[in-house]
Amino acid sequence: MELYLISLATVAALNVMLAVGLNLISGFCGQISLGHAAFYGLGAYAAALAAVAGGPFVGNLVIGIAVAALIGLFVGFISLRVREDFLAIATMGVGFLFLGFVRKQNWLGAEMGISQIPAPPLDRIGFAALCVGLAILVIILSLHIGRSWMGRALKAVAQDEDAARTIGINVPRFKLAAFTIGTAAAGLAGGLYAYMTQLIVPDAFNFVQSVTILAMVVIGGIGSTWGAVIGAIILTLMPEAFRFINDYKLLVYGALLLLVMRFAPRGLAGIASSVVTRFRK
Amino acid sequence: MFQLELVVVGIVWGCTYAMMALGLTLVYGLLRILHIAHATIFTLGAYIGIVVANNTGSLWLAFPAAMLAAGIVGPLIYRLVYEPILQQPPYVALIASIGILIAMEDGFRIIFGPYGLSFLNNPWFTTIYDFGGITLNLVQIWMVAAAVILISAFALFSSVSRSGVAWRATVSDPPIASSFGIDVIRVRYTSFFIASCLAAVAGVLVGLLNNLVEPGMGNIVSYKGLAIIVLGGLGNVIGTLIASLALGVIESFGTVYLDQVLDRDAIAFLFMIIVLIVRPQGLFAPK
Repeated sequence: MELYLISLATVAALNVMLAVGLNLISGFCGQISLGHAAFYGLGAYAAALAAVAGGPFVGNLVIGIAVAALIGLFVGFISLRVREDFLAIATMGVGFLFLGFVRKQNWLGAEMGISQIPAPPLDRIGFAALCVGLAILVIILSLHIGRSWMGRALKAVAQDEDAARTIGINVPRFKLAAFTIGTAAAGLAGGLYAYMTQLIVPDAFNFVQSVTILAMVVIGGIGSTWGAVIGAIILTLMPEAFRFINDYKLLVYGALLLLVMRFAPRGLAGIASSVVTRFRK
Repeated sequence: MFQLELVVVGIVWGCTYAMMALGLTLVYGLLRILHIAHATIFTLGAYIGIVVANNTGSLWLAFPAAMLAAGIVGPLIYRLVYEPILQQPPYVALIASIGILIAMEDGFRIIFGPYGLSFLNNPWFTTIYDFGGITLNLVQIWMVAAAVILISAFALFSSVSRSGVAWRATVSDPPIASSFGIDVIRVRYTSFFIASCLAAVAGVLVGLLNNLVEPGMGNIVSYKGLAIIVLGGLGNVIGTLIASLALGVIESFGTVYLDQVLDRDAIAFLFMIIVLIVRPQGLFAPK
């Protein structure tokens, strides 16, 4: 039971990193990404390869972050030219491209993935604590960005790119920054995931995974760091709390996405803030 | 010869993509919604078709039944999901649409089982014609024929008929169209109806072609459909048709020559990303 709770905490921490990272891109900066799982996968594959080659634990995680952020920066460059709906589809394309590439590469294990990744140099509790600690760091970073000048600039880009440009905001710089930081967080989560499972397969990073991460952000309330955190925790715990849901996991995910968008497009954070304003009146 | 065969097979797939992507581009042109749940309609059509065909023994009955079901469900999705959130930012409808797609895939799995259904009697699949060395089965021929007939019918409808003119007017400027007395809401329902019928026909034909109808069969076609309408310049009908055929052919060459590097489904997106980097508005200008 204790082991189960520890692994649950680890998974929740990874999901928090993914959701908060995506929220930076899609929430703060308004660039909807349907391919976030690709960066999760990039981090996982890069760290796994480095680990199998015998690199040190921290070094491997850093490699995972660096690879994800580098490709994230590249996708950021796409976002400078391709906007809104086009960009959402382009990021979806990046996800499929990643999967389609990995599946055919023998040096990446093709469909079988990479196995026999060495265990992290920590016991389970230590590893869970590390993941939770890093997740908290990511949250703090995101909160800090949200409050800083950068957060406001990102918000301006999200609301109206052209208007932001006219008031002298360097739009490309902020978009690239959002993509790089957001995908770096996904890369970190990926590296930790590789160490956690010690076996990674391409399907762990498919379109449904991307949508699941987006679901965390959207259900929590897009644009809100705490919303992303709560969304991630809810979607991690929900299938566990209701075992019977596990068979219908996608049905429930899909229905939740649909219902939240249809009735509360601003998610739980939107509901919370409207409740607060009602009480203040 | 081998190359020619690849082109022909590519065109057959391109026709399927065209039937799917035309619907997507109609919806996008009218409402600026990326209607990813179109795949649900496609799969629904295939299931209704196979159930009707297996129970009545007639392939011909499968098509009207599938179109009828799709023609009801498509406009219903618009009415119940999209219409209330049209004023929201575009991602809201997109994510709601993904929600429908994911939930319904699981829904089909629960109703019809995870392994898919096969046609009990699929004479079209086994009827093979030889065109000077290139063999095609009857399903593939019908695929091309259906695309040509239905898309021509649509072209005729939009250029000649009164509702077609109303439709075009609504696409280019909804407020002006409605001030000229065009019922914009009816135009929307019509678009969803036409789009859904096309998807249902494509669904039944793909089911026949693979001799298998399974819960996730619509996904890849739908994702590719999105790539195609982006390539064709969002909302641009002619561009979409050209992009569909081009993608079909590129894929069929890609599966042969890029097989060591990429799988089939990634080729569409590689092509799309390259095009977008060079021409962010797609191959053809959006409407």
